[in-house]
Amino acid sequence: MAKKLIDLVGISKSYGDKVILDDLNLYLNENRFLTILGPSGCGKTTTLRILGGFETPDKGKVIFEGQDITMLPPNERQVNTVFQKYALFTHMNIEENIAFGLKIKNKSKSYIRDKVKYALKLVNLDGYEKRMPDSLSGGQQQRIAIARAIVNEPRVLLLDEPLGALDLKLRQDMQYELIRLKNELGITFVYVTHDQEEALTMSDTIVVMNQGYIQQIGTPEDIYNEPQNAFVADFIGESNIIGSTMVEDRLVDILGTRFVCVDEGFGNNQPVDVVIRPEDIVLTEPSKGIIKGRVTSAIFKGVHYEMEVQAAGFEWLVHSTVLKEPGTEVGIWVDPFNIQIMHKPASEDEEQERYED
Amino acid sequence: MKRLGKRLLAGPYLMWMLLFTVVPLVLLAYNAFTGADGSFTLTNVAVILDPVNGKPFLRSIGMSVLVTVICLVLSFPLALILRKCSGNKNSFIVMIFILPMWMNFMLRTLAWRLILLNNGILNQILTALGFGRVHLMNTIWAVILGTVYDYLPFMVLPIYNALVKIDNDVISAAQDLGAGQWTILRRIIIPLSIPGVVSGITMVMVPSISEFVIASMLGGGKVYLIGNVIEQAFNSGYADIHAGSGLSLSLMVLILISMVIYRLFDGEEGESSLW
Repeated sequence: MAKKLIDLVGISKSYGDKVILDDLNLYLNENRFLTILGPSGCGKTTTLRILGGFETPDKGKVIFEGQDITMLPPNERQVNTVFQKYALFTHMNIEENIAFGLKIKNKSKSYIRDKVKYALKLVNLDGYEKRMPDSLSGGQQQRIAIARAIVNEPRVLLLDEPLGALDLKLRQDMQYELIRLKNELGITFVYVTHDQEEALTMSDTIVVMNQGYIQQIGTPEDIYNEPQNAFVADFIGESNIIGSTMVEDRLVDILGTRFVCVDEGFGNNQPVDVVIRPEDIVLTEPSKGIIKGRVTSAIFKGVHYEMEVQAAGFEWLVHSTVLKEPGTEVGIWVDPFNIQIMHKPASEDEEQERYED
Repeated sequence: MKRLGKRLLAGPYLMWMLLFTVVPLVLLAYNAFTGADGSFTLTNVAVILDPVNGKPFLRSIGMSVLVTVICLVLSFPLALILRKCSGNKNSFIVMIFILPMWMNFMLRTLAWRLILLNNGILNQILTALGFGRVHLMNTIWAVILGTVYDYLPFMVLPIYNALVKIDNDVISAAQDLGAGQWTILRRIIIPLSIPGVVSGITMVMVPSISEFVIASMLGGGKVYLIGNVIEQAFNSGYADIHAGSGLSLSLMVLILISMVIYRLFDGEEGESSLW
């Protein structure tokens, strides 16, 4: 059991009439890579700013190792932040940028020199001490921003969409870099992003947020394979979300056809949402499928073909390495294990969860 | 053809520049280097070394330095406050500072006369409150006050421009790294505002050196600046346009030299300098 590091208890925050966070509960463990994932305006950045001390919640507490730090200013927290637009000090060279926090803490000159060298090595930019921030590329500036934060040995590193401004290739490289950094430093990373691929690649734990509420907390596998509601299913990856009826345990009625599944405990004849990932749909001979349909389009995507199949009045999205030409009559077959049943969203407030490790 | 047409569009502007900047400058230089009989002479440009002119000149320099320092001291906190007021409020407060600039500056200076006169508004208030009268009118202090008032916006705006360019995240980052308010001001905000400060100093100090209207209006002829000397050389009964031109030219050259030195000293120039 990992040690609990920060606990957010009943956090609420609004700006004017706009409620950003409403009674949010979340805790972070030591040495984890936790990602807060959600569309813009979902409250993820506000959550991060509350953790960093840049915002104070209207209600609720921030507990750091048992101590209430809700009102503590950022400079007194064992937390450092990496900002989206790097926020480097453009009038200082790289060495001065990285040394900024250490100088304030009155560390010795030799200590600072060693630390700067170590941090630059860690982000693969040795020898850049005397360069000015403006002379570096976006990716390099972002690494400097990370180096500047980690020399202060924070217990938690907060990252606010740090890769948002980088191009795709660089972003992918930086993802591996961040995982490596986290493992070498052994500290907790809290990463905020709207990019589901980033979240799935890097995180130990993903917190999916929408409209100020936590939708689901879990490992990347949990979130992807067993989304708890239609929002999560739709936001993470592509999916077929179909309003259906749970006939009884392990039997669901999808568009008038009964599918065997593995979920239990939803009651009999209850309306539910069904999620089937496009790569989990198997296209067969018309006679061998559970329902029959016709391919309406097929696009080559590199790794797979993306096909649309019209069946039972629904447009099924299918990913497969085997091409079925448009117009082909096919059968749709799904492994019972790959049919994910979800409750319909509760009336108004979508449910919040508390993260259990 | 198209290119020619576009070039022609610059014509009126070039004509304007030629007629009202280049030609006067050439005339000024010509007059400065010739005597009344039209022969070449250096006496006019050397007139500034005459103690009669040297004193007002030093007084002008001293006054413009003082005015600049006062403007800077007043402007920086003001610009910081303006930066903090974000959103719609912001434009309103900026407006309050720009508004006086829309009034004719003679009017503004005249208003100060009414305030500072011996039985003016200021003294009426002071006596009503039981304090003694102050005799500011027709002293150098009245001139300084008026000049500061007139030139303050030229200091506030470039500094404000430089300050609003500082990303809030940069300040948050400094705070995040442990810096308190004072350290942030000293290590982050002030260094990043330097281009604005440089621009502000230039825009206040240079024109205020040759100031003479405020000195006439608030100094009552008792405050004699180099600007007044030049004005009289052109305008008074003893008009000597050659001496006046010589004085103007030496003043201009001195300002240019000091500007060059100043820029060299300052190093790089940020975009905030032009606004």
